[in-house]
Parts: sequence; C-alpha cells; structure tokens
Amino acid sequence: MINGKTLHVSISPHLRTTKTTRSVMLDVIIALCPALIASGIIFGLRALVLTAVSVIACVVFEYAMRKILGRSNTLGDLSAVVTGILIAFNCPSGLPVWMVIVGDAVAIIIVKQCFGGIGQNFVNPAIAGRIFMLLSFGQMSKWTAPMAGFMNLTKVEALTGATPLAVAEGEALPSLTDMLLGIRGGCLGETCIVALVLGGLYLVVRKVITPVIPCVYIGTVAVIMLIAGKGDFNHVAYQVLSGGLVLGAVFMATDYTTSPISTKGKVIYAIGCGLITSLIRIFGSLPEGVSYSIILMNIATPLIERITTPKPFGTPKKEKKAKEETA
Amino acid sequence: MAEKAKLGKEFSKGLIKENPVLRLVLGTCPTLAVSVSVTNAIGMGIAATLVLICSNVVISALRKIIPSKIRIPAYIVVIASFVTIVQMLVKAFVPALNDALGVYLPLIVVNCIILGRAEAFAGKNPVAASFFDGLGMGIGFTFALIVMATIREIIGSGTFLDGIDSLTALFGVTGFTGFTLFSNPVGVMVMAPGGFLVFGLVMALANKIAEGRGKPKAELKDCSACPMADACSMAGKGESCEEKAKEESAS
Repeated sequence: MINGKTLHVSISPHLRTTKTTRSVMLDVIIALCPALIASGIIFGLRALVLTAVSVIACVVFEYAMRKILGRSNTLGDLSAVVTGILIAFNCPSGLPVWMVIVGDAVAIIIVKQCFGGIGQNFVNPAIAGRIFMLLSFGQMSKWTAPMAGFMNLTKVEALTGATPLAVAEGEALPSLTDMLLGIRGGCLGETCIVALVLGGLYLVVRKVITPVIPCVYIGTVAVIMLIAGKGDFNHVAYQVLSGGLVLGAVFMATDYTTSPISTKGKVIYAIGCGLITSLIRIFGSLPEGVSYSIILMNIATPLIERITTPKPFGTPKKEKKAKEETA
Repeated sequence: MAEKAKLGKEFSKGLIKENPVLRLVLGTCPTLAVSVSVTNAIGMGIAATLVLICSNVVISALRKIIPSKIRIPAYIVVIASFVTIVQMLVKAFVPALNDALGVYLPLIVVNCIILGRAEAFAGKNPVAASFFDGLGMGIGFTFALIVMATIREIIGSGTFLDGIDSLTALFGVTGFTGFTLFSNPVGVMVMAPGGFLVFGLVMALANKIAEGRGKPKAELKDCSACPMADACSMAGKGESCEEKAKEESAS
C-alpha cells in the first residue's frame, strides 16, 4: 500500500486504451457525415440512395464472404460500412446502381476478404473498387451538374458538367468559393471541401488519424503545382480543391492497414502520394491521379516500413560492425 | 494392364493435379495475354497442344542421341520446327486467329510448358509415355485457358464464343458467330489487371480441388519436374525442396 493505493503487479501491456476497431470506425463514419449531407444537398437524393446501396452491398458481401470462408463474423467492427460510404463517395451521382455494387464486390470480396479480412488487405479496398470501376465503366467520368437535383428546381438541368480538372483552357471555372462549398461537377463525396476538412479535423481531434499524411500529401501537391504553375497561387488553389485530393488525403491515404506506422514513414508515403498525383495531373493522359497514387504508395508501404523501422535502444549503430564481429 | 494404367496416369496428371498453368504455374504469359476470348483460348490451346505432343515425341525418341550438355539448344530446334509448321498452318487456314494471337503464336517456341515438359519428362521417358504426358499437359493448358477466357470474355466483353466462326469454318460450319450477352461489360476484365485477378481466383480454386484429393498445395514430392534436379544434391531423396531448405537453414 502506497498512499492508500493498491500497487498492482501485472504483465504488459500496461498502457491500455478504450479505443476499439468499432469505435475508430464509428468516428470515421461520423467524420464522413458532413460530406454525406453536403452531397445530398449538392447532387440531390440520388447521392444518398447510391451511398445507402453501396453500404448495404458492402455489408452483405462482407457477411457472405466470412460465412463462406468459415471465419468469424466481423460486421460489428463497421469497417464494411466505411468502405461502402467511401466507394459511393468516389462515384459520380449519376452512376447506375449495379456498377457501384460491382465496385463493392471487388473491394470487399477480392481485396479485403480474399486476403484475410480487416487488417490484411494489401491496398485500400475502396480505392481498389474505385479503380476497378474507373477502368471498366465510361460512366465513371460523366459528371452530374451540381444543383440539378432538388435544391434548385428552377434551374435548367444540365446533363453533365466537367470537373475543373477536365475543363479545357478558356472555359469558365467555378469560383473558388463554389469550389470550397463543392458546387461543381465531380464524384459525389469529393466536392465539398469544407465538409471534408471538418471531418478531417474531427478525426484529428479524436486522435483517429494524425495530421501528418493529409498535410504532407496536400502540401506536396501544392508545392509542385506552385512550381509547375510558375508561382500562380490561383492555379495552386484550384489544383488542391479540385478532384478527389482532399477526400483521398484525409480518408483514404490514412487507412491504418495500408499506410506506414512511423512518422518518418508517413512523411515518405505522403510525399510519394503527392508526387505521383501531381505527375499524373501534369503529364498523364488522365485528369485525376489521386486513386492511382494512393494505390501505388499502398503497395510501397511494406518497403517504406522496412527502411523506417526504428532501431531499439542499445543495439549496435552499424550493422557492418556486427557482421565483422561475427565473421 | 499395368502399362496401360501408367500411361493413363501420365495423361490424367496434367488435367488438374499437375495442371501446367494452375498448379505448376508455367506458361503464365500466354495465359494472361490470350485468355481474353474463348476463341483465342481454344486456338492457342490446340496450337500449343500440337506442338507439345510432337516435340515431346521427337525429343523422347532422340533422348539417347542428344548429348546432355547441349540438350537445351537441341530441344529448342525441335520445338521451333514444330512451331513454324503450326504457325504456317494457322496462317493458311485460320488467318483471323493468326491476327488475334499475334506474337503469342511464334512465342510458343519459348513457352515454359513445352520446354519444361521436354526437360522434365520427354528427355527421360519413353516415347509412348511422353506422348500421353504431352497430350495431358496440352489439354490441361487448353482447359485452364478456356476456363479463364470464359470468365473474362463473359464479364469483360459481354460476349461468349465471339468470332468462333473462324475456327468452325475449318469444318464447313459457318454463320455462328457467338452470343452477345449484354451490352455494358466490365471492361477491366479483358485488361491485364482482370487477367491477373481471374488467374489468382482460378488458381486458388484448382489448389482447393487438388487439396481436397489429398495433394499438398502446389508442391511436388518427386524431383522429375524440377529443372535443377541434376545439379541438386538432394534430388531423389523423396522430400520436398522446401522441407530440405528448412532443414538446411536449421542446421
């Protein structure tokens, strides 16, 4: 007894947290809510329907695959719900519903469950699902014009509206305020930057993610675009606010399973993401490169981990010395 | 009877148990490239099977004459001759298939399955056994190609047996040009990523089937199929290479 307190003797781990996979995933879902509401306002009811279908499909696939493979049921950790929301966020709101379900199937059945379920996926399932749809369906780059839905019924409905990244030079760009609020063409969850940043801040405050990856990722893109645009800050602002950069940087590049653990590794990973995104945007034939950059860096993550593993205190400084000693 | 049963075994092992593509993981390159349509798969399978049977028989017949030091060049010459013959036949009778298969038809020369069977089997076994080995492996290759191509063509192009009339025309049947199933295909399935995806899934299924029959996963107990068997100090001791490697590292 020390000062009236019982001295507990126990085996490690001594530091415990109340966080569970379920609570973390619930935080991510809460963080995605502002963007979900924004998408409903910007693109109309169809955006919400698409998200709901995607979530239900992911949950059903997850349950069915676990059952078929004879593994424990993991629906309770809510990770399938997060994947479902993210896949819907990566689709234009006019996409046929069955195509979203195909994307869900690839993400959950192949990328996630065939590799062993949560924590075992080699790339982010949502990103893989998006790329599968992007390569397969032309409808993935047909954008619905914003505000064509139930918000502004008097406005003439536009069938398609180019995203700022695909707008040819000379055409009118949406104003920067519209870009921040998300009143532009694009995937349904990626347009409203304000809502995404709000969600990101919530995740940082709740310590679900560290701000390293999003900040370094977006920062790298900004710096490269500043150089490429010869110091034009307006260009930088459009590049950062358009496409899926903020959605990808905050919600998809930060996936625990497929991003490095150490801060040093995170910085390398995020710089890589930013570099590949910028290179695809500037030199590639595609207007957008966020999903490809994240999937490539996901695959590089084990290599980054290998070179950034911290050395335990007290180990010899150079491996060469150790080798010489044994030789 | 025993002789016949042995030949039957040489034939049947190539179908699933030692399927060249799905179990031995040989000939991956043509498999991924050609399995975009069932017609291409059938054409490629027949061409490769013909070359495989002929080269296996000839190499087996010449196995005592070919000096072991230059056996690889000798095998290549034999295989290349048959590939040239097959290629000329395809060009003459099925020009559409020749266009579809492109460079993969002459590349049968360096197909690992054919060289692998020459090295692992035909160079050491009598003519009849080599014939059945070639036939079984060829059919196994064709079977794997058709399975993969069926999945990829139906999902990726929304068609089935598209362009089959180029093959059926050989038998005087024309007019049937395959089914069009739906008009909104999942395009990625006929691209390289889809190929790898289907390859992985079908391979997993083949492993599962073979495992169910009591065969260990993609692991060969004897060394006959291993090109390093001659140089390996452990060859023919009845253990798998992986086990040996483990033992070596342990000691």
